[in-house]
Parts: sequence; C-alpha cells; structure tokens
Amino acid sequence: MQQVTSETFDQNARAAMQDPVLHSALRHLAENFGERRKNAIESVDDWEGLRDRARATKDEVLLHLDTYLYQFAANAADAGAVVHWARDAPEACAIVLNLIKDRGATNVVKSKSMVTEEIHLNKALEAEGIEPVETDLGEWIIQLAGETPSHIVVPAIHKTKTQIAELFIEKVGIERTDDVDVLTGSARRILRERFARAQVGISGVNFGIAETGTILILENEGNVRLTTSLPKTHIAVMGIEKILPRIADLDVFLKLLPRSGTGQNLTAYQSLITGVKRDANDEGPDEVHIVLLDNGRSRMLAHPVTRQSLACIRCGACLNACPVYQQVGGHAYGSVYPGPIGAVIMPQLIGYSKARQLPFASSLCGACREVCPVKIDIPELLLHLRAEITDGSPTTEKRFRKLGESLAFRLYGFLWSDARKYRLGMKAGRLFQKLIIRNGKIKKQGNVISRLMPPLANWTARRDASPLAPKSFREHWHDELRTK
Amino acid sequence: MKVSLFITCLVDQLYPNIGTSMVEILRRTGCEIVFDERQTCCGQPAFNTGYRHEARKFAIRFIEIFEETDADAIVAPSGSCTAMVKHFHDLFHDDKRWRERADEIATKTNELSGFLVNVLKTVDVDASTSGRFSWHDACHGLRELNLRDEPRLLLKNVKGLEFVEMSNADVCCGFGGTFSVKFPEISAGILDNKIESIEKANIDTLVSSDASCLMQISGRLSRLGSKIKTMHLAEVLAMQN
Repeated sequence: MQQVTSETFDQNARAAMQDPVLHSALRHLAENFGERRKNAIESVDDWEGLRDRARATKDEVLLHLDTYLYQFAANAADAGAVVHWARDAPEACAIVLNLIKDRGATNVVKSKSMVTEEIHLNKALEAEGIEPVETDLGEWIIQLAGETPSHIVVPAIHKTKTQIAELFIEKVGIERTDDVDVLTGSARRILRERFARAQVGISGVNFGIAETGTILILENEGNVRLTTSLPKTHIAVMGIEKILPRIADLDVFLKLLPRSGTGQNLTAYQSLITGVKRDANDEGPDEVHIVLLDNGRSRMLAHPVTRQSLACIRCGACLNACPVYQQVGGHAYGSVYPGPIGAVIMPQLIGYSKARQLPFASSLCGACREVCPVKIDIPELLLHLRAEITDGSPTTEKRFRKLGESLAFRLYGFLWSDARKYRLGMKAGRLFQKLIIRNGKIKKQGNVISRLMPPLANWTARRDASPLAPKSFREHWHDELRTK
Repeated sequence: MKVSLFITCLVDQLYPNIGTSMVEILRRTGCEIVFDERQTCCGQPAFNTGYRHEARKFAIRFIEIFEETDADAIVAPSGSCTAMVKHFHDLFHDDKRWRERADEIATKTNELSGFLVNVLKTVDVDASTSGRFSWHDACHGLRELNLRDEPRLLLKNVKGLEFVEMSNADVCCGFGGTFSVKFPEISAGILDNKIESIEKANIDTLVSSDASCLMQISGRLSRLGSKIKTMHLAEVLAMQN
C-alpha cells in the first residue's frame, strides 16, 4: 500500500472524508470514547488537581531531564538492565538490529509501541530479513494489512469487523466468519505460536522511574506481559521524555492515563520491570535492554514554548476530542502521531518543509487542551509553530509563505492601519459586492470569481456568505448613536 | 461606569445590528458609552495565521487607542476578539514595557456576557421575546474566557424565551478563521455536525456570542433553506416586545 505523507494533508483529508466506513468509525470513536472518558474522570476526586500535579511533575522532570536520565540509567544498570543511548532513529534502529543479530535471533515479537513506529523499526528490521510480529491485536491487524496505525491508542480504529474478517481469511487462511470471538480466537492461537518461538521481545515504555530504574508498560491484552517475559531477550525503546522521578508519582499518572486514553479506571495489566531476574527461579528474560531515544526531543526541550510538547503521555484523548481528527481520521495526517498532538510534534520531528500544513489544520477550538491530562496548551503550541512557519525563526531553515496569502495580509495590514483607509476599503468592497449579491446573499461563485478570489470560492462552496451591511456600525454611531 | 466599545470588524461591517444592540443594552444598564472611531482590528487573523509582525502592529495600535479613551472597561461582542486582546502579551516577549501595557488593556477587556454577569452583576437586562432558543458555545468565549454559565443565565432571564440546551452545544462549529478557507471541506464537515444538533433541537433561533460562528452557521442554514434563525446574544438581549 502506498503511504500518504504529511505534505499532502489537504488532499489526504479530502480523500478520507469521502470514505463512509471511516466516517462512521470516527463518529463511533468520538461518541464512545468521549462518553467513557467523562464517566471515568467522574470516578476520581479532584480531577483538576490531579492534572495540575501531573503537569508540575512533568515540568520538574523536563527542567532537570539530564539529572533524572542519568539517575534512571544508573539505577536500571544496577538492576541488571543494559542502557543504550540513541541520538536519532537510525541509531536506535541500528542498536536494536545489532542486539537481535548478535543473538542470532530471527523470531521477534513486538508489543504496541508508538516510539518504534516513530523510528520505523519494523521497516529497518525487515530490510535485514528479520520479521517482527506485532502482538497487540490492533497492531497485528494493521501489520497484516500493510498499513500504519491511524490512532495512537486504537491503531485499527479505521477498520470494520467485516474488513478484519476479510483480511484474516486472505492473510492467515481462516474459515469465513463474522463472529468476533472466532476472529479474536484465531488471532490468539496464531500469536501464541509466535510467542512460543520468539527469541527477542520488543516493547515501548509508558513511564521510566528514575529512583528505581523501573520501566512501566500499560496494556489490556496480556501481550506486553508475554513479550517482556517469555523471550530470553527484552528490548524496550523509550523516548527520553518518559521519565518520572519517583515510583510514588505513578499514583497520579496511573489515575490519569487509562481514564484519558480508553476511559478505563485502570488498564487490565501494568507491567513494572526492574532490570533482570535476580536468580534462576525468577521469571522473565535473561537480558533487558533499554534504548533511550532523543530523535529531536532535546530540540523541543530547548525552547520554553515547545518544551511542553514533551509532557505528552500519549493517551490519545486529544485525538478523540478533536473535531478535525473526527472528520479526517489519523492516516490523513500522513504521520506517525496524528491529531492535535501530532500536529504539534510532527513538524518538530520531521521539519517544517514536510509537515507545515499540520499546525494550520485546526480551528483552534481548544477541545484538545480541555481534555489533556497534563494540560498541554496545544493551541498555544500550534500558534507558535504557525508563527515559526510563516515568519521564520532563528532555528528554522526558511519561512513558508504563499504569495497570494502574503499579499492579502499585506493589504489587510495597509487598509486596517487607520480608520480612513479602512472606511475607503470597505466602500470599495460594497461596490464590488453588488456584482455578486443575489437576493441579499452571496451564493456559490462561478469560475471567474473563484479564480480571482479563492477564499471566497472556498467559503461559498458549501455555505452562503453575508454581504457587507449597507451602513456600518461606525456610521450608525456617527449619525445616530453618539449624540444620545 | 464608562464603557469603551470594542466593535469587531465583522460586527462593524457585516452585522452592525449586533453593535447597536449592545449600545442599547449597556445604556439600559446605566453605562456611559464611548466609541473611538479610530479603532479597526485587533489583528487576530494575522496572529492566528502566523503573521506575528503584522499582528504586533495591530496590537500596538489597539493598545494606544484604548489607553487614550481611559474607560473603566472595554467591552466587545465577541469572545474570540476579547481573547485576542488577552493574547497581546505573547507578542511582546522581548519588551517588558509593552507587555505591561498589553496586560493592563487585557484586564479591562470583557466579552459582553462576562461583563454583564461578572462585572455589572446582572443576569436580567429587562429583555423580552418569544419562541424556542438554543445556545452555541463559541470556542474562545468558552475555553479561553471560561464563559459557560453567563450567557445561559442571561438567556434564561429573557421574558417569554424558552431555553433549550442542545446536544454538543460546546463543540466547535468549524469556523476557525482562516482555517475555514484553508481547509474548506473539513470546516464544512465539522459544521454539518453542528447543523445536525441545531436541527434536532427543534428551535426557532440559535444564539451565540461570536459573529464569526454565526456567519458560519447561518451561511449553511441559509444554503440548506432552513427556517431556523441565528442571532447574536446582544440582539436577543436588546429585544423588548
């Protein structure tokens, strides 16, 4: 399947909006997850207080990230884990690949992890003849389909039961069925075989605890537990922002994350892994490797505005709440992280030239900020990125401006710069609009006007426009109201 | 109380009745009204599209003009433009003096419903009408200024008005300024969900506090040939019949 990219977001979005299956899946997501989240947050006292505490903890970590990272690495090593540092995606992939090769392993299982999507680990492994098997049901479905996740928590949200059944029939040769239990049962049977053979298990990390060197992974299917305990070698890939100072901090974050993500009070499994087994009778792998990944994160950390991007705990609540995501789904973003947080992170990860449409693909309604468990001011970040993209900044390569838009803003800056010019401009507008008003409204425009004024054409494609009033407020004020 | 009117571009040029209604209401509550005819725009379109340089010029002009008026309060019929004034601060990260001037103006600036309920402490402005009305939360009024109860209280105190809380009242209408013409299909898709809620509420009139949302919603209702009217909160509160 051909992958879409962020550069063509507008086209991707248009195509996505034509897909009725996606449309109903997204509607279902918005309604169900919205409702479940609401009920779940009502089950704890002082939700706002929890959010404040979580954000304060994240801010503290980010201010002293170097200290906490070293503490985490030292404690993880003391517990028997091997810690690796990766500057970027190629380095991280090379580390993982070498670990697998050195062990002569060919059977690799993976649990759901956005950071391994971010570094395109599967592609890197496949290029070397290693076939990593995704073991999260949703991830396995999209792996079979040769697709990418369309949501950071529910990766196959865009697929229907029927589509999944067809996929299983074609790819793994099951009998035709639309019984969900039969479908999940066959997935379980096939994946159990893979687990039994696996020499290496690869996972992501939800939280890394500095004071103990522990990593914590949340899940609902039990596949993380198997991935991290059955194979002899466990490799965990972890963004450097995942650190929490103390085990006690989990009290807050474990209340926030599942409630925000899936509307659960707690996930079915929480795996806390501290190094390797202490003696032969313990369970678990012989080796634990933790790959700490930067990949642009220290760049985000450097700027006081963009720093808060790193507070994200990848719950996906902002996707579910976002009216734009609800219209276009995850694939339209053409990026690993979609939705509001994706529009913030991706331009910083892959550069403005590739992802410059994303920060503009928002009505700035603020629903994302309202649901964010760590109170990331996503609209503020989007505005910051828009300014950097339009105006340029000391750290960006160049500024991106469309000529027409730039001229329009120059004209606006000129006409609105004093009341006299503004009045003259509006007078000209009133003369012009006589050409296009029909029955007091401005309806859908023909070719000539559309070519001359794309914004007007875009507006009137689906809605009527209100014309300028015959007499402005300031004229009313001047003539009738001020004397009172 | 001396109130300086901040009449937003859309109200000035497209919907002047919103402005004249606001004058009517504020005079009814005993305020002294001034309107500085030099004012133009708060610069929000530039700010939201990333043109910070242009936005800053607008902010400076706005601050200078409204400082001179020296009113007790600045009141606007828009949560969005009021929120922009509160964002002026962000445009002067390298200039403490301007930041302070921006903050002072921001503190004085109010959206109409917030001003009536929280500053003047009134929920009843002696308005009366008839029919079923519902409220659409304009995003910036709701999420930047935290005005959820204020407009509802004002509407519920209009004599003869039957208030209906519609589903998803607090979900965006899809306008989003330049977003609506940069991504017209997405904007219209979001709008259609809003229209669905409005139609389901079985109302005569939809009310909101931002001319931009009303332009978006009424534009679609008009295209669909709907009988449902749209009105700004100020227009509803000005009615006495």
